[in-house]
This record gives sequence, C-alpha cells and structure tokens, in this order.
Amino acid sequence: MAPVISFQDVSKVFGSGAGAVRAVDGVTLDIEAGEIFGVIGYSGAGKSTLVRLVNALETVTSGRLLVDGQDVTALGEGRLRRVRAGIGMVFQQFNLLNSRTVAGNVAYPLKVAGWPRERRAARVAELLDYVGIADKAKAYPRQLSGGQKQRVGIARALATSPRILLADEATSALDPDTTQDVLALLRRVNRELGVTVVVITHEMDVIRSIAHRVAVMEAGKVVEHGPVYDVFAAPRERATRRFVATTLKDRPTPEALDRLRHRHPGRIVTVAIRENGAGSGVDVTAALRAHGVDGTIVFGGITELDERPFGSLTLELTGSDAAISALIADLRGRTDVDDLGTAAVAGVRA
Amino acid sequence: MNRDWSELSPILWESVRETLYIVGVTVGSGGLLGLVLGVLLYATRRGNLLENVVVFSILNVAVNVVRPIPFIIFITAVGPVTLAVVGTTIGNDAVIFAMSIMATFVTARIVEQNLVATDPGVIEAARAMGASRLRILVTVLVPEALAPLILGYTFLLIGIVDMSALAGYVGGGGLGNFAIVYGYQRFNWEVTLVTVLVIIGMVQLAQLLGNWLARKALHR
Ligand SMILES: Nc1ncnc2c1ncn2[C@@H]1O[C@H](COP(=O)(O)OP(=O)(O)OP(=O)(O)O)[C@@H](O)[C@H]1O
Ligand SMILES: [Mg+2]
Repeated sequence: MAPVISFQDVSKVFGSGAGAVRAVDGVTLDIEAGEIFGVIGYSGAGKSTLVRLVNALETVTSGRLLVDGQDVTALGEGRLRRVRAGIGMVFQQFNLLNSRTVAGNVAYPLKVAGWPRERRAARVAELLDYVGIADKAKAYPRQLSGGQKQRVGIARALATSPRILLADEATSALDPDTTQDVLALLRRVNRELGVTVVVITHEMDVIRSIAHRVAVMEAGKVVEHGPVYDVFAAPRERATRRFVATTLKDRPTPEALDRLRHRHPGRIVTVAIRENGAGSGVDVTAALRAHGVDGTIVFGGITELDERPFGSLTLELTGSDAAISALIADLRGRTDVDDLGTAAVAGVRA
Repeated sequence: MNRDWSELSPILWESVRETLYIVGVTVGSGGLLGLVLGVLLYATRRGNLLENVVVFSILNVAVNVVRPIPFIIFITAVGPVTLAVVGTTIGNDAVIFAMSIMATFVTARIVEQNLVATDPGVIEAARAMGASRLRILVTVLVPEALAPLILGYTFLLIGIVDMSALAGYVGGGGLGNFAIVYGYQRFNWEVTLVTVLVIIGMVQLAQLLGNWLARKALHR
C-alpha cells in the first residue's frame, strides 16, 4: 500500500544568507496508512517544522512531499485549504477559540467545511461523546482543565473525519495521569477510526506508550527510524541512547558504578535484556549455570516496550577468569554485554 | 435660580439627546470604518495573514499623520472636504462628518493594538482547519480579541464625548454648546457645573457598561 505521507529528500530553510536556518534537512521518510508514527527529538531538532510541512502551514524549500499521493509542494492556496481540511491537528497549547463554547470549537471546522447547521449539531454531539466530555458542551475553554481542553482539541481535529491526525507535543502541557488518558484516546482514535496519527514529542514515554514506528530527529535530520522496539532496544545513535536513558534508568551512572565496585569486588558486566532473533529472551541464569559462574544482580531494570522485554541487568560475576570470559563470549553471541571489569582493572570496557 | 432651571432643564435634556446623537453616529460610523482599517493594519503587517508592505505602510502613515492633529484644528482643516460631502461646514452634520474621520483613524490604532495580543496559535489552528484568511479575520481574530476591543471602544467613546463638546464652537449643538451659551457666555457658573456633572455621569455609565461587557466577553 502506498504511504499516506511520503517525504522525499525534503528540506525547509528559514531565512536566507548567513542567517538561514535549515530546520528540516534532507528528510526521506514514509508514514504508512493506519499507523501511529512518532517523531522524537530535542528542542529545535525540527520536529514541529517537519509536521507543519505536511499540512502546508509551512512551505517546502526543496524536495517532494506527497500527502495521500498528492504533491503538496505543487498546490496553490485554494487546493491547499482542501488538503488542510482533510488533516486534523492537535497542539501543545490546545489553541482553542476562547470566544466559543466547547461545542462551538468543535463545530468550527464543520462550518469551514460548509456543513449545514443540523448535521453540525449531530456531529458535534457525537464527537464530544466520543472524547468523553459531552457534559461540557456549553462550557468555555477557560473553564476547562488541561486534559479537558485537549479532548476538545482532539474532537475538533477529528470533526471532518480526517485520515491523518498530527499531534504536536499534544501531551507536553499535561500531568502524567492526564497524559496517559489523552494518549489512550489517541490510541483509540487510531484503532477504532483507522486514522493515521503522527505524534511529535521530546518524551520517550510518549513514544513508548503509543507509537508503532519512530523517527529520531537531530539538527533537522532523521538520524534513525524504524519500529519502536528495534530503534530503542538496539539504539545506534547517541541521541537515541540519550532518550533510552531518560526513560529507563537501568544502567549505573559512573558514580553508582564506583559505589557498586566498593561493595562488589568481582567482575561487573551489564547485559542488555531484549528479545533476540529467535523471539525468546536471554536466559542469563541458564548461561551462568552452563559456565559454572555465580552471578549476583547488583543493578538493572527491565520493562516492556511494544509488549516485548526491554532493559538491562548489571551483575557481579564470580568464578574462574576463563569461565567468566567464556560466559561473556557466549552472551555476546546473543545480546550486547558491557564488561565493566573489576575494581583492580576498572574501566576495561569491551 | 429656580426659575432659571425650569427654563433651562428642557434645553439641557435636548442638549444631552443631541450629544448622544452626535456621539452615537460618530462611534457607529467611525467605529465600524476604524475596525476595518484596524484589522487591515494588523493583518498587512509583516508575518501576518495578509502581509502587504505597501498597504501597511500607507495605512500606518495615514494613521500616524491624522491622529495627533488637535481636533479643533482638524475640523477646520477638513473644511473643504466637509463642504463637498455634507454641503456645509457648520452644524451637527458637519461636525459628525469631521469627527467620524478622526474617530476612524483613532479606532484603527486602538483596534490594531488590541489585535496584536491575539494568540498566534489560535490563528494557526484555524489555518490548519482550512479556513480562508478572510474568514479567520472575521470569525477568529476579532471575536478572540473582543474583550480588549470592548474596552478600547469604551475608551474611544469617552474620547468622542470629549470631542463632541467642541461641536458647540462650530455651530453644532449638544452639551458643549449648552455650556458655552448658557454657562460661559452668561457667566453662569452653576450651568457649567451641572453640565460637567451630566458629562461625568454619562462617561461613568459608559465605562461601567464597557467593563461589564468586557468581563462577559472573557467567558471565565
Ligand atoms: N518561522 C520560523 N522562522 C525562523 N526560524 C524558525 C521558524 N520556525 C522554526 N525555526 C527554527 O527552526 C528550527 C527548528 O524548529 P522547530 O520548531 O521545528 O523545532 P522543534 O523540534 O519543534 O522544537 P521544540 O521541541 O522546541 O518545539 C529551530 O532552530 C527554530 O529556531
Ligand atoms: Mg516544536
């Protein structure tokens, strides 16, 4: 199936001459129909600019950008308005119309699309019900909590039944519980309505909890992309590793490692726990037993990502040097092992 | 004194009515034209919806030139235009014409300044929904800025009450004329004082109404 959004060597430059900023730099990326695609990156990486190109809030400087098979870089303002009307957008600051009620906000895109009054009313009621704030129809945005505002934002974005929903830091202004509620709503929108969702965030947890695939952005470039599990369980880029570290504090910091060495004189190794090619996890206990090595778990954390194990364990190994080396070689055949050495030969990392 | 007031009060009320008429027509016409001009001034500024350097510069200069002219001088300066349009340079209609022009330019700036504070995110959201620029100006920009606009218009209204007093000097009616003819020219300080109190009352009422409406428009 053809991708619903296709970036083909797309760049966006703001300004010109010495002051020019390459906000998006040669991005090639396909977003498939029906998926939740995450874009993660630090502030200024170009994430917002990248999605704003999709609904032509910004114009592409070079490259081709196909949305629903249509090259949006070649369209005039009138046609672009129709493309925009077919793409929903949710914002970090909600961007609701304070002068209109909740129902008025959700009705606005329908008015723009020229729906008659009676059909509008029915659609608004249906949408408010779907996002769970039917009782707030007559309230004004200023009377709502952040989570309620974002529900209105989502209802409004879905009003005209778009095939694509763009969410730019949709949960960044919300507390953790509300974030989970809103993410659950986005997941429902994706699953039940079949809407392709593009989620932009600087929070690894957001990606973890809803995205199927992810692109990591740095300085305007997509440095890594693929299924969420593949990208984060075996990160190749520094930026990706940093994001993993923010969500999973599973590896000892240098200071923590010093303390560990103080308490544990043996050889310390960190074993990445992830699903291997065969589909089963790494059985550390079985490996220890097979090589006649004792292992004490001294640090670590394992969680799930995309319903699969993800994390690492740090162990103190005791036994003969030969047996330990054989064990490490054996484990390395199946996963990543960081050999942190012993106190005497500290810092011998493989 | 008592006999005086039984004669004067019908004239006073007639003057109040006339002032309300002059102010009403001026605020209506100048306020409306100024709203259009102000929205254009805002929208044509760089980076905004209808960005247009030429239109913006012309409007901006026009507003900057007209606004600081003292009204008593302005009313004489536009005399030829008033004559051509209204047919006379004296009387209420001539005054209303000159006041409306001045009010248009004053309003334009007030409107523009209040629109500048509008959250660009809301405009962006409307654009993302596929709304046209004109629709955004009318259905998003102005309604979103309604509360400060109401306060701006209240300020304008009070300024126009002030301006309208000068109508008395060019053969117009209203409270200005009343204070000049029955107070100033007859050395009747009491009449002047009563006129002042009536004007203060009117202005207070307008301010209270403006504040109340602005608060309603905030939807808190
Ligand atoms: N309208 C603009 N004019 C000039 N430069 C811009 C404009 N919009 C964005 N930029 C620049 O482009 C770069 C990318 O900005 P962008 O907003 O896309 O980053 P982001 O990844 O969304 O960051 P954040 O997480 O802070 O929202 C930044 O250097 C920014 O300053
Ligand atoms: Mg951003």
